[in-house]
Amino acid sequence: MPLPIILSAVGFLLFLAGSAILIGRSRLGMAIIYGFSFVTCLAAGTAALLALAGQGDGMAEITLPVGLPWIGAHFRLDALSAFFLLVIHLGGALTSLYALGYGRHEGEPLRVLPFYPAFLAGMTLVAAAADAFTFLVSWEFMSLASWALVMAHHRAEENRRAGLIYLIMASFGTLCLLLAFGLLAGPDGLYVFDAMRAAHQGQTVPALVLALALLGAGSKAGLVPLHVWLPLAHPAAPSHVSALMSGVMTKVAVYGFIRIIFDLAGLPNWWSGGIVLTIGGATAVFGVLSALMQRDLKRLLAFSTVENIGIVFIGLGLAMAFRANGVAWGAALALTGALLHAFNHSVFKSLLFFGAGAVLTATGERDLGKLGGLIRFMPVTAFAFLVGCTAISALPPLNGFVSEWIILQAILLSPELPQWGLKLAIPAVGALLALAAAFAAVCFVKAFGIGFLGRPRSEAAKQAQETDRFSLAAMLICALICCLAGILPGLLIDLLSAVTGALVGGRMPVQADIPWLSIVPIGASRSSYNGLLVLVFIAISASLAAFAIHRLASKALRRAPPWDCGFPNSDPVTQYSADGFIQPIRRIYGVSAFRAREEVSMPPPGDSRPAILRVEIHDRIWESLYQPAIAAVSFLADRLNRLQFLTIRRYLTLVFLALVALLMVLALWQ
Amino acid sequence: MLLVLLLAPLLTGFVRKVKARLTRRRGPPLLQPYRDLARLLKKEVVLAEDASWLFRVAPYLIFAATWVAAALVPTFASGLMFSWSADLIAITALLGSARFFLALAGMDVGTAFGGIGSSREVMIATFAEPAMLMIVFTLALIAGSTELSGVAAFMQSPQVGLRVSLALALVALVMVAIAENGRIPVDNPATHLELTMVHEAMVLEYSGRHLAMIELSAMLKLLLYISLIACLFAPWGLAAPGAEAALYPAALLIYAGKLGAGGALLALFETSIAKMRVFRVPDFLGAALMLGLLAVLLRFVSRGM
Repeated sequence: MPLPIILSAVGFLLFLAGSAILIGRSRLGMAIIYGFSFVTCLAAGTAALLALAGQGDGMAEITLPVGLPWIGAHFRLDALSAFFLLVIHLGGALTSLYALGYGRHEGEPLRVLPFYPAFLAGMTLVAAAADAFTFLVSWEFMSLASWALVMAHHRAEENRRAGLIYLIMASFGTLCLLLAFGLLAGPDGLYVFDAMRAAHQGQTVPALVLALALLGAGSKAGLVPLHVWLPLAHPAAPSHVSALMSGVMTKVAVYGFIRIIFDLAGLPNWWSGGIVLTIGGATAVFGVLSALMQRDLKRLLAFSTVENIGIVFIGLGLAMAFRANGVAWGAALALTGALLHAFNHSVFKSLLFFGAGAVLTATGERDLGKLGGLIRFMPVTAFAFLVGCTAISALPPLNGFVSEWIILQAILLSPELPQWGLKLAIPAVGALLALAAAFAAVCFVKAFGIGFLGRPRSEAAKQAQETDRFSLAAMLICALICCLAGILPGLLIDLLSAVTGALVGGRMPVQADIPWLSIVPIGASRSSYNGLLVLVFIAISASLAAFAIHRLASKALRRAPPWDCGFPNSDPVTQYSADGFIQPIRRIYGVSAFRAREEVSMPPPGDSRPAILRVEIHDRIWESLYQPAIAAVSFLADRLNRLQFLTIRRYLTLVFLALVALLMVLALWQ
Repeated sequence: MLLVLLLAPLLTGFVRKVKARLTRRRGPPLLQPYRDLARLLKKEVVLAEDASWLFRVAPYLIFAATWVAAALVPTFASGLMFSWSADLIAITALLGSARFFLALAGMDVGTAFGGIGSSREVMIATFAEPAMLMIVFTLALIAGSTELSGVAAFMQSPQVGLRVSLALALVALVMVAIAENGRIPVDNPATHLELTMVHEAMVLEYSGRHLAMIELSAMLKLLLYISLIACLFAPWGLAAPGAEAALYPAALLIYAGKLGAGGALLALFETSIAKMRVFRVPDFLGAALMLGLLAVLLRFVSRGM
């Protein structure tokens, strides 16, 4: 009975949200709220895991008499929902654990505490909903709760701007989803998912639904060019909420997309896969390039979320292309890669945001240019953050590599597809994916190298202290999951077989049957990867080397000032800065991607003014897409303003004309 | 595994010797790299005051990742015992891990030289890694497997023939190998005080046994790339998995011959070309990336190419 557990978890979370208003002001109240959120998420997550593993009566369905009177609210738990509920509640449990420590530093707890459980409840409801009405209401509830959390620190001007942009983009996304469901419901008004699934659409409806789902779910997930709100809103929220938004809410958006496209809209055309794939590739590269240019640690992480969502959509697009051609095993492989990457990303992105939050409380800084040397003052945080960086850079033997490896294997299967458009698009997307992976490694060398290594660049960084035990526990658990999912991916892949079986009618080979815990994409002859053995090999050779060296070599060690080619300078500003580190990359890629320009003003010899290097970076998407739209809206609003100052006769005329126009439309329609 | 470890310094010594002979110098003896390593091991470590634990752990991690990657490449026999545990993509990624930690180690002490090295290394990596993956794609699409021993076995079979995409992949792989090993024209392994250096700038603060580990992993990497090129594009003389024991010495000799030829060609190439400016490197590696992409596209478009 996993579904009742999950629904009662939702009820309890909503109750917590209500009681937070009463008790949230005190320290104990905060501990109660986060503590119970942790327990609830743990219970609901276990229920989802059991449902996914096929224990308990999995495919339960419940109709509650709330919502629209003649429909009610339908909830259903199938493999897909169960998987995403697992992601949501794993993220929720870890975040609540982290917040037990982090929440103490919150200045105005009443602006966070009531909305936090409500946000979790909203996401759970989206994943469990089984009719369009419940889905949309929960979706909007989730958006509004997260908006309130983004506005928690509303006194900062930039946070208010982030909140406004987020609100507009969220309403736009919900509008698109509303229209998509309207199209799927057809003229008969089928609200329930089961009825939608059974209905047969023509040619145009699935294409329109795809476009609307890309706009609606894509704007929530952060697909380029709809990502503009994401790097503003995610960093604006308190760090544990940032982790939840980046790690979990984007996955709910991915869930919405999969539910609509793979489940409800019927068999896709081959070109729809190509479109999703291409958008995913563009999102991945653009996201990570933007992340590289950032100096603000949390904004860097938010842009990296955009990249990872791009990778997930590459996998989804491949799965659609395979499915359209009836290659079930290929579709299963690509879909497994995408879902696994969604899971992995939720874990390591939460970890990285937790680390950023720990740094923020320890130093009060998010600017990489003012950090440095934290590995000595916060060793455990630094270690966990390093694991997260390694995982997100897709380096073996951690989990990020596994999911990208599976997606790459799916790309290698694609010459089987007959269409020429795909034959040209897929290799290009493969190159984009490879580029994105390389950039991600650079990005996180920068984040860790500048933030945690070197010498402190400010007084605040020098005073940093290790963070509290709850936060450390949450980070270390995340790091452990990253390692485990990297060395034992077979378990997760086998769990996902129920999802791929239901959605694309195929599955990857049973990984548990393969000796030595390897994973294989389609058949043992083709290729395989064994994270466990790679880890064991690395451990053995590293310890062999260390052992041999400590036996044979001299053990002498002397501390001395750095050598630095004979000219060491003790001033920390002589270190490489965050901007300086990526200067070569900015010069090579940034000129076309961001119209980056560098200007050096060098005073003549004898002049004591400092030389100044000014770097200019433009957000081309914002400037070319959004600014014209904003200008058009303000222009129209200006014009329409006059309507507020008419005489009563003119208002009556307007009403009359509107009535006539509507009647005309009605007459023409019939 | 031990074989690559023992051979790697010899190969580096050989390349140095050939380079010296080509410029009419006598050059150091062939065994000089072994002596250098032994000397480094005997010396004390001078650790910078600001160095953290990462700085001390990184040499071992870098060495282990490179060694595992090198051990997964077939040298003289194709049937490696654990070749299924990691395919070509994983080998590329293992080298990526080594680079990740090397770049971090370069930034750890907080000196300008370490930063410049790391910054340039990662810039080069943004071209070299995708190019390498494109080459892997080409080979995998031809051989139907990303597993290295599978690819090597396929390359030995008569059905390979001459293919345009293979030629493109070979050129791209050579370019990537030059960049990855920090050879001229991308980087100069012999320099120590030059503003254009990359690898040497990152490891500037290392000394003693730590430096020995890093030097040894650089040598391993060179051996790895030459073996990789040899086993993919000149797979003759690889002993098959079930071959009788008598074949192994012959295969070993052939392998030594291939390494010698590869090293000599590298030395010849290095003496005949000047080093590039750093911002010319993207053009060089961009060409490798484009060649790789072109090879993959050809494979997608036509089965015969």
